Amino acid sequence: MSPGRRRSALALAAGALFGVGLGVSGMAHPGKVLAFLDVAGDWDPTLLFVMAGAIGAHFWAYRWAGRRSAPLFDERFHIPPGKPIDARLSLGAVLFGVGWGVGGYCPGPAVVSLATLGMPVLVFVVSMLLGMLCVHRLWPASND
Amino acid sequence: MSEFTPYSGLVGGALIGLAASLLLLGSGRIAGVSGIAAGALFSREADGRGWRLAFLAGMLAAGAAFVALAPQAIGPSPRPTLWLGIAGLLVGIGTRLGSGCTSGHGVCGISRLSARSLVATALFLGAGMLTVLLIRIVGAAP
Repeated sequence: MSPGRRRSALALAAGALFGVGLGVSGMAHPGKVLAFLDVAGDWDPTLLFVMAGAIGAHFWAYRWAGRRSAPLFDERFHIPPGKPIDARLSLGAVLFGVGWGVGGYCPGPAVVSLATLGMPVLVFVVSMLLGMLCVHRLWPASND
Repeated sequence: MSEFTPYSGLVGGALIGLAASLLLLGSGRIAGVSGIAAGALFSREADGRGWRLAFLAGMLAAGAAFVALAPQAIGPSPRPTLWLGIAGLLVGIGTRLGSGCTSGHGVCGISRLSARSLVATALFLGAGMLTVLLIRIVGAAP
């Protein structure tokens, strides 16, 4: 298998496992996510446990990576360089958070939910891609 | 009523983390869905779109498996579709400006102790909670 094929196969497997995790965790239910963000209402802390499980299963990978010069199927690691905590980052995070609170969707659950062929989630995803296109064209980052 | 499900939350989260570890150790890439989606469209790297499209296809395949075998794993948003259009724009714009989302910053960034990701996560969690609170106060949603 060529390196490119191997990387695609690995990415496919990783994406599938990621999607399974999202479904099992309950995060493919925007209502459940909104119940976590709804601190003044009937609060559902499940998302905290999802994050804890995810970080617990992932943090050690960076320690492993730090001891190696390259990953298994690529010439080098592609970890983004440290950029300053600036207005772009802060504004972006806030806008993302607002959108998350308005719809209950973040990108991961939305992509998995596309499999239901539901119009609402399709509208969300198309709008999301449109929003990404706008930034890409109008306010690209220095490394875009 | 949203039921608190700590065990499936933890297990599902662990699977997410495992998937991210697989992508990192295998390809050296960050499993940030917003970055992967944007890159699938706009990446100019050699083979930049290929692996990203494969990752997204994997996620869709998982979704399809749930639809076929365990449809209760996926649910609709309680928000009106018009809201989802607005939400999508905000999420698309915000994740690109902020260079990440719940998986990119919240899981991967925090896992590698990135100060940027810690700040971003705190900001989007806070903004999300404030937004839901405001919606509740204004009475726009139950």
